[in-house]
Amino acid sequence: MGRETARARKVLASLEPKWVWERGETLVRVVLFLAAAFAVLVTLAIFLALIFDAVAFFEVVNPIDFYTGTVWSPDIREVFGVLPLLAGTLIIAGGACLIGIPLGLSAAIYLREYAPARVREVVKPVLEVLAGIPTIVYGLFALLAVAPLLRVWFGASFFNGANAIIVIGILIIPLVSSLSEDALTAVPVDLRDGALALGATKLEATTRVLLPAALSGVGSSFILAFSRAVGETMIVLIVAGQNTDLTFNIFGQMTTLAGWAAKRTTGDVAVGETVYLALFAVGFTLFVVTLLLNLASDALRARFREAYE
Amino acid sequence: MKPRSIAVRRMTERVYVAGFLVGIGIALLALIVLLASILITAWPRLSPAILFNYSNARDPATAGYAAAIVGTLWVVGLTLLFSLPLGIAAGVYLEEYAGKGRVSRILQAAVTNLAGVPSVVFGLLGLAVFVRFFGLGPIVLAGALTLTMLVFPYVVITTQEAIRAVPSSIRDAALALGSTKWQAIRRQILPAASPGLLTAAILAAARAMGETAPLLVIGALFLQTFIPYGPESPFIALPVLIYAYTILPVDQWGGVAAAGIVVLLGLLFSINAVAIIVRNRLQRQRW
Repeated sequence: MGRETARARKVLASLEPKWVWERGETLVRVVLFLAAAFAVLVTLAIFLALIFDAVAFFEVVNPIDFYTGTVWSPDIREVFGVLPLLAGTLIIAGGACLIGIPLGLSAAIYLREYAPARVREVVKPVLEVLAGIPTIVYGLFALLAVAPLLRVWFGASFFNGANAIIVIGILIIPLVSSLSEDALTAVPVDLRDGALALGATKLEATTRVLLPAALSGVGSSFILAFSRAVGETMIVLIVAGQNTDLTFNIFGQMTTLAGWAAKRTTGDVAVGETVYLALFAVGFTLFVVTLLLNLASDALRARFREAYE
Repeated sequence: MKPRSIAVRRMTERVYVAGFLVGIGIALLALIVLLASILITAWPRLSPAILFNYSNARDPATAGYAAAIVGTLWVVGLTLLFSLPLGIAAGVYLEEYAGKGRVSRILQAAVTNLAGVPSVVFGLLGLAVFVRFFGLGPIVLAGALTLTMLVFPYVVITTQEAIRAVPSSIRDAALALGSTKWQAIRRQILPAASPGLLTAAILAAARAMGETAPLLVIGALFLQTFIPYGPESPFIALPVLIYAYTILPVDQWGGVAAAGIVVLLGLLFSINAVAIIVRNRLQRQRW
């Protein structure tokens, strides 16, 4: 009996042209894996490309001076203190979040809890359109429509930080609203219905039950919006100006890490010059800041998923 | 907490809802003002010259986007050629082959984080690697390779969503009938996911077309008076030329820049329209 079965198995195995497709399957698997590994390759390439020139830069300029210096004058005085760019980045990105996050969250709550189906059908696609518009379009809008208003209303200089704050704020509305809405949707309806059944108004159910329950998911969307604002380049480049003095006056010119890097590469730069290396030190700083923000956002979202999915 | 009367609570609710509505109103108003301001500024400049003339920095009446339109088509075409096979393959691996192990988690985390890297950083990478290290210089190929890295994570994520949307009964039925894993993927899952894959392609094309900062950083030309002739040609992309016009005095050149935006949005909308038509076709053929 045992021998019979073994023979039958052997015959069956010989009938099947197994090796042909198994080899093909393995090959496919390897090729697909390599494609997925491209993500790691690019991440490493970014890290290495930036750090290679950043290290060369830090051999010329002391990193402590770089991160604590308050004067950024790479071309004229050759002084590299990155704080003015960092401050500009935080002011513009932070200001944009002050505008974009409340508006985005309002939109999410309204669409999720209050909007009649017909309003949803109109507003959601419009927000998607807003999200799909290239940033150069926002930049030109800032230059054509917002700059003249700010000049008339606040006596702002033609190029100013406030303009970038407003327009980047608008830019992140759809990001915040769609991600926050996803988070609100993921909270089990029982929680809200329970609150309503206990006599809470819809608003109370939303602000005291739904929002706290969705807090990590909503918070993750806020961090992502901030990260997006930190990395925004074209709007800053077009309307914020070129001034690299340390300033807190949003109605004057200011610039950010990304804005300075993009601006400087359009001028003359020779490889190996300190200014060329400074581009990568600034890029490295920007990369690390956004990476940390994105990781924080991911960690929060993972916690949220663990709770509800 | 002191209980408040229902009248006060209802009132509070109304105030808040009004606030939410104002919030949405601002977002909608922004979109309208944005499009209107650009259209109004562009209006006097909308003429064949915008499409068929080369760029210049002297006369707004004759300045156009001919080289930039072709340059953008070259760069976006090559970017799709590189990023779609790569991104779809990676998406298939992550959805169908990768388990729950450490390697898969690292791959997935790398994709997610790449999607969050600021575009100007990709520009610096392209500048250091393709333009300088490989000595390509600021040519179409260098631009396309840079944008390939930028759109890759979006293609992967959209592909994963598309595959996830295919009912697992399709996969199980194929496997039960004796097909191998790859046969099931190639003959059943990918065709079923094709509308989603098309979305991935459109998303990649739209992003590649609208990105300005990376191409600016790798050093696309500003004033180019010839049509890009191939992957090794110097080039200028549409958004980069629009940016170049915004540096000039806005009173005279704002119209030219705005007209460029109209061309750019026109290209984006026509790609989307084609995609919607094709997608409807594809969806009709599903099970």
